[in-house]
Amino acid sequence: MSEFIQTNVQPYFNFWIYVVLMMIGLWALIAKNNLIKKLIGMSIFQTAIILFYVSLGVKDGSTIPILDHHGPEHHETADAGHDDVHEKEHGKKAEPHHADDHVGPNPDTIANPLPHVLMLTAIVVGVSTLGVALAIGQMIFKEFGTLEENEILEQIKAGNVDD
Amino acid sequence: MIDQIPAIIVLAPLFGAMIIGLFGIRDHRVCLPVVFISLLVSLGASVAAAQQVFNVGTINYFVGGWEKPLGIGIHLKIDALNSLVLVVIGVVVMLVSFFSIRRVGERDTEKTPYFYILYLLLCVGLFGITITSDAFNLFVLIEVSSLTSYALIAMGSNKRGTVAAFNYVIMGTVGASFYLLGVGYLYLKTGSLNMDGIHAILMLETNDANVGASKATTVAFIFILVGIWIKMAFFPLYGWLPNAYTYCPSTSSCILAPLMTKVSVYVMIRVMITVFGLDWVFVELGWSQLVVWLAVIAILAGSMLALAQREIKKMLCYLIVAEVGYMVGGAWLADPDHWGMTGALYHILADAMMTLCLFLFAGIVAKRLGAFEISDLQGLFKKMPITSIGLVIGALAMIGVPPTCGFFSKFYLIRGAIEGGHWEFVAALLISSLVNAVLFFRIFEIAYFGNKPAEGHDHSHDHSDDSIEEGKGSDSTVLGREASWSSLFPLLASAAIIILLGVFNGEVVALIRVTFENSNHLSGLFR
Repeated sequence: MSEFIQTNVQPYFNFWIYVVLMMIGLWALIAKNNLIKKLIGMSIFQTAIILFYVSLGVKDGSTIPILDHHGPEHHETADAGHDDVHEKEHGKKAEPHHADDHVGPNPDTIANPLPHVLMLTAIVVGVSTLGVALAIGQMIFKEFGTLEENEILEQIKAGNVDD
Repeated sequence: MIDQIPAIIVLAPLFGAMIIGLFGIRDHRVCLPVVFISLLVSLGASVAAAQQVFNVGTINYFVGGWEKPLGIGIHLKIDALNSLVLVVIGVVVMLVSFFSIRRVGERDTEKTPYFYILYLLLCVGLFGITITSDAFNLFVLIEVSSLTSYALIAMGSNKRGTVAAFNYVIMGTVGASFYLLGVGYLYLKTGSLNMDGIHAILMLETNDANVGASKATTVAFIFILVGIWIKMAFFPLYGWLPNAYTYCPSTSSCILAPLMTKVSVYVMIRVMITVFGLDWVFVELGWSQLVVWLAVIAILAGSMLALAQREIKKMLCYLIVAEVGYMVGGAWLADPDHWGMTGALYHILADAMMTLCLFLFAGIVAKRLGAFEISDLQGLFKKMPITSIGLVIGALAMIGVPPTCGFFSKFYLIRGAIEGGHWEFVAALLISSLVNAVLFFRIFEIAYFGNKPAEGHDHSHDHSDDSIEEGKGSDSTVLGREASWSSLFPLLASAAIIILLGVFNGEVVALIRVTFENSNHLSGLFR
């Protein structure tokens, strides 16, 4: 058992957590009777996916993906940044100088920013979904006077019988 | 200007929505002209784009000029696969705007500008879904169109519409999240979000001995597929659709019912062809048999449930469930000459027009006759002869009677099914046609022979009226008369397009099949 945890769980800890969170969210979506609790489940479900994406970009021993313009290597280009022509000239000169290693920082030392950037958009989408859903929930409460799903369904049934 | 066509298609309604947001809320007269101008621009641009695609070739457009797919560039692509879908979206939203003049535009309640903002944003989402070539943008645009449609459904004053919209929010969000998760696995596997880029890298991997057995790719495909199936209401996942489209305002249902499910079917086909490649989907994965059986169940269940309905709109909703089965089944027939896929793509166009025609009809009779149930349609042919033309043509297309497009889409689907050896699909299509015939001839009989005046007014408060279109049942001056021309024009136009699509089916199918000519060199890899 401990061997299983060491080989399968520990290296992929984030991914296990994301699956667990997702299942919690899904369970709330399906099993909860209160509409707001359903929305909480929906939010957990979306957050689990955000965790998954954020885990994709992480590397061991990596740092934030920001170009260091004040470091000794990049001093030239940072100065030339004010003038396009200068930058091109310096770029050409700098090319042979750095020919053996990467232009720019070493990708192994920085986290992959792309999944994180994607999640900014996904967070915005999640917030707006939650906003719309809460607004609809409010309308339901105004019309039915309750947020419990079974009571709402009873009212709908009763309304049909009256009709 | 001509180079910017792909951007114009998406941006015109977006700017329209902004202009209404800025000026339309104060002065409601701004709304209608802005809606018409922006949608006309989009429609014109998509027609021009289609022309260019079929005369010159695929249009690639990189927003901001970031050409290399460095992960997150926005790549718009118009090719043979989506140019016709774009044109149909343009036509449908144009016709529905005419339909909305009397119902929303001239009613001039405080909700009017908000309705049009949502309407235009929905158009942005639909055009964007169709045009984008980036897997993550697709997710964002799916959410744009879904969020606006939640609001459009909940906008009515119908109590049940609100509850249906809430269920739709939950289901729709789960669907979109599954899609996002699938894209995450694809990104993990390939490091790209551009559809062409993902495909190229997957192809490399497949040649690499790592082969399609890669679990991550399969998992990604399953998540994406299930997510899109929820969005398109494929049979076991259709639960949100009938109530949502029945109890929403009729203008909203006229735009949502023809387009949302069809665009989702297009997304599925796009993912199958462009992202994963048909060889991988059909040969490596080999689920054709399973999905076609699911589609068979969807068709039969949708038809049977439609037969059990008394309400017009609800019956049409279950027919949509059956029609989604046609398209999914057709796309998965895996016959060697792609006739099933051709039929599915043709049916996207045909079904959009058929559904539009019938939902417009349902909206008109709901307003004029207070008719929500089939039995309320008594004496329709005498009272509203012109509206009846729309019903008859839409119904004949649903049944599949030759001059209409419904016959030809079934023809191509059946051809694909026979060549792919899926006889169960042939049987399901024929049974479904029979059920449709029973359904619609029952309506014809009531509408032709029933003489009693309509008595359905007391239903109105329980059904699909809303504060935008209030007073439907009680407005006795409009009851029982022919509808206004702003409602009849879209109905007759969609009926005319149904027939034109049928008459020119050979030409349309030739255009659709350009897709498969171009991808032939890919198919050669594995066969």
